[in-house]
Amino acid sequence: MSARDDILAAVRAALADATPEPSPVVSPVGVVPNDLVGLFAERVADYRAVVERCSVADLPARVAAALPPGARVVVPSGLGLDVPGQVVDTGLSSAELDALDAVVTRAALGIAETGTIVLDHGPDQGRRAISLVPDVHVCIVTEDQVVADVPDAMGRLDPSRALTWISGPSATSDIELDRVEGVHGPRTLQVLVVR
Amino acid sequence: MTGTFVGMPAFPVAAREALGDTQLRHNLAHATGVIRAKRAAVVGEVDNWEDLRLAGAAVKERALTDLATHLEELERMLVAHGATVHWARDAAEANAIVVGIAQGHGVDEVVKVKSMVTQEIDLNGALAAAGIAAWETDLAELIVQLGGDLPSHILVPAIHRNRAEVREIFLREMGGAGRPAPADLTDEPAMLAAAARAHLREKFLRAKVGVSGANFAVSETGTLVVVESEGNGRMCLTLPEVLVSVVGIEKVVPTWAELDPLLRLLPRSSTGERMNPYTSTWSGVTPGDGPQEVHVVLLDNGRTRALADSVGRQALRCIRCSACLNVCPVYERTGGHAYGSVYPGPIGAILNPLMQGTGDKQVDSLPYASSLCGACFEVCPVRIDIPEVLVHLRSKVVDAHRSDTVPSAEAVAMKGVAWTFSDARRLARAERASGVAGRVMKRMFGVTLPGGRAASGKLPGPDGGWTSARDLPAPPAESFRAWWQRVGRLGRQGGGES
Repeated sequence: MSARDDILAAVRAALADATPEPSPVVSPVGVVPNDLVGLFAERVADYRAVVERCSVADLPARVAAALPPGARVVVPSGLGLDVPGQVVDTGLSSAELDALDAVVTRAALGIAETGTIVLDHGPDQGRRAISLVPDVHVCIVTEDQVVADVPDAMGRLDPSRALTWISGPSATSDIELDRVEGVHGPRTLQVLVVR
Repeated sequence: MTGTFVGMPAFPVAAREALGDTQLRHNLAHATGVIRAKRAAVVGEVDNWEDLRLAGAAVKERALTDLATHLEELERMLVAHGATVHWARDAAEANAIVVGIAQGHGVDEVVKVKSMVTQEIDLNGALAAAGIAAWETDLAELIVQLGGDLPSHILVPAIHRNRAEVREIFLREMGGAGRPAPADLTDEPAMLAAAARAHLREKFLRAKVGVSGANFAVSETGTLVVVESEGNGRMCLTLPEVLVSVVGIEKVVPTWAELDPLLRLLPRSSTGERMNPYTSTWSGVTPGDGPQEVHVVLLDNGRTRALADSVGRQALRCIRCSACLNVCPVYERTGGHAYGSVYPGPIGAILNPLMQGTGDKQVDSLPYASSLCGACFEVCPVRIDIPEVLVHLRSKVVDAHRSDTVPSAEAVAMKGVAWTFSDARRLARAERASGVAGRVMKRMFGVTLPGGRAASGKLPGPDGGWTSARDLPAPPAESFRAWWQRVGRLGRQGGGES
């Protein structure tokens, strides 16, 4: 018998006494905040990310101000915004990405309760590597993209796409369980919440 | 200590050595204290935490009770999304599959995301034997790997090391594995993290093959989930051309929506955060993004054995958060190495015997590495009743040793007690003897328990182990039956019932 058949047979034999439950488990309700966007901004800032709220008109100036002076910035092809020093991603190699200073993307949604940004890597966010290798990530989230809690997010996300959930800058607690920001992912995360 | 748990002594022996290490006890008390407070704070802000625990337990239970169906669906969906699915009965089969894939691409190195299952099967050893270096990229795993050490905690494998020790390891070992640590390295955690960033970056950028585990595998959609903090996971999952994920068959979650309670439970229970910095999900190959060759190895390695135990089965709900380690009074004092496995602490004390079976001296000692205080069950996000399983496994250990040619001291004592208690005259004689012993002990040892009762110090002979850390209360000078004969009968006579 193949390993596959062996394992499946062993699983079935082990569960002879068990009764399968056909219906999915219903998730407990999430939080329902009064000020959705306010909570989102507060919770993102809690992770020591920089959070700013601005209007659509202000956005280009705010993006430019968020970037280091003279930075070379990778952007996805569908960003819909001109960024100073931009290099549009056309399949840059890892080494080429490593030579760039920052990245600007949009997001699929934001989760208020946990201060999380979710990227589904659509055309305005780009493939996964571009928001990972550069050291500064400027992420644009619109107010209507913010949902209350994790269960609200699950319903709006498409699991057949690769997803990246980001809660603050890269961090570790591996030395004495002391949280330190800045390991392999972008060490600076700046979130612009657009009205 | 070097990189193998093979040949570790039984828990009491290993624990004694660990307890003598004051630096270790200091490091552990500090780290577990910090994490307990963080967890309590973020759990406390969730109003319906208990509902979430019930839901998390129910999701994993639903996955396990119809596991074959869900595994077949997972395989089907992974293949539909362009992944290659392999099945492995045991560690050797899984390692051979991963080594074969790496060799097929002619590489001499792979980058690894922290993964319990690849520790369990000693994948790094198997790769090294084939001349392939496996670079651990999680900071704590890097500390363990560079130090030639063993992991001692599920979440933070280097929890037994403090910042000064980490600095020394980095200064001494990083140069031999790649980019050396800067000479002016201090023991500031931020500086140490920066050294790890610089050391690993070149490895991330050039690696052709990445190896990961998975926190969850959604069968409905063929989605694997990796939950992490540092971004090393994202690097390994995204930059290489080839990705191999080794996934225990118990990682299945039936539907995408049922991931929800688990994603809410895990970070709060594990690192004490509302959400961990990075969670990656992917379903097979994503065209034009990340690895274009994706393999998934579904591993048994004792999981079906655990599944067949109707009491112990619940241990397979474990989502490896390590909350049970952080609250355990035994773990806090002995640390993880004493458990002799990559799965230490309360969950390890049940998972190892369940997955490996009883009969081995070291494994059989684990269900006894507990005071049964129940703190582990209280914090478990998927409500594994660890004390219940510990007691169940103790009975299995006793059963496994009933036919030993040399019976244990406990078995002999129990047999003697049964013989004495089964006959009233024998019991009376024993009680008289124990009364005499009680009076003798009082004079001999001079140890008094709170409340005034006399007790023994350390006894010689086979009972010495039991009394090495406990006081044996002296038997009462007069048994209940003797007292009843003396006082009870008199009482009845004088009671004047009529």
